[in-house]
Amino acid sequence: MQATLDILTWACIAIGAFFLIVGAIGMIRFDDLYARMHAASLIDTMGLGMVMLGLCFQAGWTLTTAKLLMILAFVFFTSPTSTYALVRASLAAGVLPEVAAEGRERAKRASEASG
Amino acid sequence: MFIAASAAVLVAMFLVLVRACLGPTVYDRILAVNSIGTLVVILIAVFGFLSGRPEFTDLALIYALMNFIGTIAVTKYVRFNDMGAGEGHEEQGDI
Repeated sequence: MQATLDILTWACIAIGAFFLIVGAIGMIRFDDLYARMHAASLIDTMGLGMVMLGLCFQAGWTLTTAKLLMILAFVFFTSPTSTYALVRASLAAGVLPEVAAEGRERAKRASEASG
Repeated sequence: MFIAASAAVLVAMFLVLVRACLGPTVYDRILAVNSIGTLVVILIAVFGFLSGRPEFTDLALIYALMNFIGTIAVTKYVRFNDMGAGEGHEEQGDI
């Protein structure tokens, strides 16, 4: 029983760690503010969700599990809210998203300059 | 396993910190600080299990609340140059 729980914990924490690092790499590599928000949402949902789930398996049926699930529920509701507020503020300030045609132009110019 | 999770969170925190330093606009920096706050919540919870004291989950919950409020407050200040209600924005709200 304990070995099964340990395997489940390892699996959940490994998946969570993978998504944390992928989200963080995405925040560096993307060229546009709004694309970076997509990458940051990976950290909030899959990263935190999977790691908290793995910790719940280790804690068993105690009060600690309830608190971890409370953290998960709270971040589940507030992460889209803060993303939405940030998008509204940045659109009102005039930071426009890069549409697909501009992205293709920029990529073509970059490859012509380097190639 | 907790050490592996802590190492992954620290690596992610460092990468997001690079974006907080680089980001050309202020909104990139707000986004990066929000993500660092969420990573801190994960780190506190994992460290609580690592040190054998599950009471750290209380701290993680409090920090999750404070992180959200802080992000909304900074976004509101950058948008309106004012932390109060502002004039003329009642019909559309702040957020």
